[in-house]
Amino acid sequence: MAGGKTVLAGGNTKSWKLLLGLRIFAFMATLAAAIVMALNKETKTLVVATIGTVPIKATLTAKFQHTPAFVFFVIANVMASFHNLLMIALQIFSPKLEHKGLHVLSIAILDMLNATLVSAAANAAVFVAELGKNGNKHAKWNKVCDRFATYCDHGAGALIAAFAGVILMILVSGVSISRLLFNSNKFSTTKAPATATDVP
Amino acid sequence: MVKLTQRLGGLVLRFAAFCAALGAVIAMVTSRERSSFFVLSLVAKYSDLAAFKYFVIANAIVSVYSFLVLFLPKESLLWKFVVVLDLMVTMLLTSSLSAAVAVAQVGKRGNANAGWLPICGQVPRFCDQITGALIAGLVALVLYVFLLIFSIHHVVDPFLLRKS
Repeated sequence: MAGGKTVLAGGNTKSWKLLLGLRIFAFMATLAAAIVMALNKETKTLVVATIGTVPIKATLTAKFQHTPAFVFFVIANVMASFHNLLMIALQIFSPKLEHKGLHVLSIAILDMLNATLVSAAANAAVFVAELGKNGNKHAKWNKVCDRFATYCDHGAGALIAAFAGVILMILVSGVSISRLLFNSNKFSTTKAPATATDVP
Repeated sequence: MVKLTQRLGGLVLRFAAFCAALGAVIAMVTSRERSSFFVLSLVAKYSDLAAFKYFVIANAIVSVYSFLVLFLPKESLLWKFVVVLDLMVTMLLTSSLSAAVAVAQVGKRGNANAGWLPICGQVPRFCDQITGALIAGLVALVLYVFLLIFSIHHVVDPFLLRKS
């Protein structure tokens, strides 16, 4: 029945492979960002005052939960990596559902939403981290990074991973939208589906 | 007739988003307050904080972009490009709003663990105006999300409603 069958998107085509590869990298990047930031903690004993000759020490901890922006960062990256994992599983285990219109549309919209979410989280965290690194003399907020250098370094690593995740998620949504465009073009211009052509 | 109302709806949404983004820029740029604290005088401006500068720049770009797209003719080939640009602009809006809200939250509540005191008690009118600008930014973002869905529906037509 090769004459009456419509063309099938999905399967082992070029855009499918590209999308899968990009999603795997995006999953790894967002997961790395979430894990590094979630395990970010540093404890230090500092001398806060001196009475006579006796120094008074206090143990201070820098945790990511102290800053709401970092909490949002961890949650958003966990959600984005979970979304990527789900999409990877969907892509591998059910390639024959790909050509239905609503399916491809919802994948494109979800990809865009998650790309936006990760970009918002990464941006909020980077501005608050810049406040912690440089302080702000107008508001009289002093720096945190000169005393908690390891905490700041780990946070910077998580932010770099998150920005790599943002770029990858933008590429993933771009590919999803182009698959959506191709899907709608294919179905609206198919008059007589005579042969099953290879779709890019 | 349906096409005319759809195009009109798109234009109205985009004009509203332009107004919201412009309002956010103006509200934040004109927020400036001086407060005296014993002999010290604190001047609070939006440019003290990098996140607010980013918010102003991003919303200015968005308002210029909306204004230009308002005049795009209906049969232009650039509408497919507008979908991509709408997505990028939405991401720009969310990231700038999220950064500004994160920093404004630190300014309003302070951060006890880092020893940062909240500044809103000393400059309440500045804080109120910043809040207003952030709300306008949120309205612009919501309108742009609707516009994005609208553009995708009209350019890409995923439900195959058009018979070509």
